[in-house]
Amino acid sequence: MSMINYASKEINCKLVYYGPGLGGKTTNLEHVFAKVAPDQRGKMVSLATETERTLFFDFLPVDLGTVKGFKTRFHLYTVPGQVYYNASRKLILKGVDGVVFVADSQIERMEANVEAMQNLYDNMGQYGYDLTKVPFLIQYNKRDLPNAAPIKDLQAQLNPGWPVEEAAKQKQVPDPAHAGEFLVTQVDGAWVERAPYLEACAVTGEGVFETLKAVAKLVLKTLG
Amino acid sequence: MSGAGTWSIAEDDHRKITGHLEALLKESQAHAALVVDRTGQLLANAGDKLTFDPTTFASLTAADFSANDQLAKMIGEPEFASLFHQGEKESMYLADVARRVILVVLFDQRTTVGLVRLKVKQTVSDLGKLFGEMFGRPAGPDKPAKLLEGAEDEIDKLFG
Repeated sequence: MSMINYASKEINCKLVYYGPGLGGKTTNLEHVFAKVAPDQRGKMVSLATETERTLFFDFLPVDLGTVKGFKTRFHLYTVPGQVYYNASRKLILKGVDGVVFVADSQIERMEANVEAMQNLYDNMGQYGYDLTKVPFLIQYNKRDLPNAAPIKDLQAQLNPGWPVEEAAKQKQVPDPAHAGEFLVTQVDGAWVERAPYLEACAVTGEGVFETLKAVAKLVLKTLG
Repeated sequence: MSGAGTWSIAEDDHRKITGHLEALLKESQAHAALVVDRTGQLLANAGDKLTFDPTTFASLTAADFSANDQLAKMIGEPEFASLFHQGEKESMYLADVARRVILVVLFDQRTTVGLVRLKVKQTVSDLGKLFGEMFGRPAGPDKPAKLLEGAEDEIDKLFG
């Protein structure tokens, strides 16, 4: 739930990085932490096990600049990816303003991706949030690996789209990040909308800031 | 509901919250108090200058409370309305306010948990009323849901 504080002139928003275990959620935050100037970010907190697997969440607050005189503060959270941590994973989604699904591009992780995506829909639904209406972006991570699945296959499995019922929204919307692709289009005569996606290699930082900026922009535009 | 929504805190609300916190500190002899929302955002604080990162503290407070809520449910309680963490020198008392925000009181040996708990009850009631009004407003002061209307260009410029 974004909170506008008129006393401190701040807009506070909560972003959650979701996805299967070992997919690179924490690595995304670590890269942001390493690259953002210390005066524009807080400490990074990781509630992790001794083997550095996320137990509860990682947390990193960052300032992304000023809009209309208000400082935009984004609280970045990751969730634990492993299936059996669902109780704590669900807690982190409370009050979320924007979601990044960090998918592991490796072919052998396809099933884990699909399971995590289903789990995201379920957990959002339990709070009464509709993932098709909340700012939502998919990051296909680990694109540098030789066993990375083609984007087309990942899109078909993880981002097949949802039906667009509203007549006013039934028009082609080009995907600004991918020439020749559409966020809203007709498939076999039916209008569908897909979540925007980006490719990344979080270990080297490629695509990390692009992802953060894209989702932050979507969130701020919901306030307009 | 499609998403988590937006709410705002006006300068006047902020002043009132701080006023309640200051009154609590005076009566309980605790040294700092904070109000944090359930999503982990710091709304206001009063008392001694904080020696830690308040943003991180707020996010951990909300997580602590959320985790304990689930533990309560597992043992058949609807919630734990308050939590007490006792340290060697510093202790903290956390209380739920109308299921919306969390009041955190930090105190040391200059007072007792009994006194803090007693005084917190009144503050929880006062803050409960105040937040009830604030959340009851459909769009807060100045229609915050539209705060960034017309700022598309500025947002595009900021994020490229």
